[in-house]
Amino acid sequence: MPLRNEKVEPPSDDKRWRIVQATMQRNGFERDGLIETLHTVQESFGYLDDDSLRYVAASLNAPLSQVYGVSTFYHLFSLKPAGRHACVVCLGTACYIKGMPALLKEIEKRYGIKAGETTADGHLSLLTARCLGACGLAPVAVFDGNIAGKLDMAEALNRLQEMTTVATEVESVREA
Amino acid sequence: MKRPFKTRVKTLTIDGMAVGAREDETILELAQANGIFIPTLCHLEGVHDIGACRLCLVEIKGTSKLLPACMTYAEEGMEVITDSERLLTYRRQVLDLLFSERNHVCAVCVSNGHCELQWLAEKLGISHVGVPYLYPQLAVDASHSFYVLDHNRCILCTRCVRVCDEIEGAHTWDVMGRGVECRVISDLNQPWGTADSCTRCGKCVQVCPTGALFSKGKAVAEMTKKREFLPYLQLMREGRK
Ligand code: SF4
Ligand code: SF4
Ligand code: FES
Ligand code: FES
Repeated sequence: MPLRNEKVEPPSDDKRWRIVQATMQRNGFERDGLIETLHTVQESFGYLDDDSLRYVAASLNAPLSQVYGVSTFYHLFSLKPAGRHACVVCLGTACYIKGMPALLKEIEKRYGIKAGETTADGHLSLLTARCLGACGLAPVAVFDGNIAGKLDMAEALNRLQEMTTVATEVESVREA
Repeated sequence: MKRPFKTRVKTLTIDGMAVGAREDETILELAQANGIFIPTLCHLEGVHDIGACRLCLVEIKGTSKLLPACMTYAEEGMEVITDSERLLTYRRQVLDLLFSERNHVCAVCVSNGHCELQWLAEKLGISHVGVPYLYPQLAVDASHSFYVLDHNRCILCTRCVRVCDEIEGAHTWDVMGRGVECRVISDLNQPWGTADSCTRCGKCVQVCPTGALFSKGKAVAEMTKKREFLPYLQLMREGRK
């Protein structure tokens, strides 16, 4: 087995692998660069799939299970492609007390997904966070990057409705 | 291990008994050498300590914090207490939480009667579990040709992870997720039998303190574990240096 696996072939000829390679190079293909490399994959591809994990593991001579363990430990990494739209609900203490669990449950029911999942049509990813730093506005959620405070059920479902309809419109324009 | 020319000796007391320790000796090692029992679960002689299970917590005069004996080095003048009402309460709580987090149904377990968790519960006088059980739905991975992993009995001590990494050198195991979602995984969270890195040596199975890892074909209470290989391998390695 070669000591430094600079020559491990990336999973595809996608240009983005060059950015990933550059990150590993910068860290001398050392295992220490694992988290930084996974960040680069996440940023470049939006998620980490088995192929990319195998590639990173082989390139850094890191055990597969360790790479998988790290990828699932940090909330920042995701193993599945994200939906086109994201709703992040806060489950920090303040938001929790102000009724976010009930809101979340309702959203989960309406869209048939659990927190951390994406709808089958790929429109919506439902995510959770631990305190978004806006406790005064609790309960707080972020809809595609726009923060919404003092959220109630009607407002939340409204916002979600808006996001997903826009998605459908874009879709129909694309299809037309 | 090569020792410096002169090892400095520390003097301290454990449960009021004056003892001498090398400076690279943990309180756990020192206690064991002096015949004092401290309960442990994640500690495994021959691999690194990680201080995960917190069963070995001890009191040290001068600090209100409880410290894990397996991770704390002996220091000059220390006054260590390994047994007190307070410690017993905490140790029982640790065991309570371990029992409640998975499905430890001893009566039908392959390790019934040979399980370290069960043995400790008996030893520390646990008659019932004081917190509600979580009853998680967990898988049993029987894909390996020789062994089985039953997540229902796993206490996440990571002995399997460390022995496979540090002694066998395969690092088939690791832990995924965090908190109550943590699971022991092989390779890319795939069935153990399909994990290419596994050499089928069985070390992980032998060091697992519970019935989470066992040999195929064992019925209830039939799984006994053989640990002699670890000190043996350690000695052989030292001899080679
Ligand atoms: S059988 Fe050996 S190589 Fe396979 S997982 Fe267990 S310790 Fe690792
Ligand atoms: S499988 Fe056994 S050795 Fe491995 S973490 Fe679980 S209880 Fe510990
Ligand atoms: S708890 Fe939700 S913003 Fe702080
Ligand atoms: S034996 Fe010390 S923390 Fe587990």
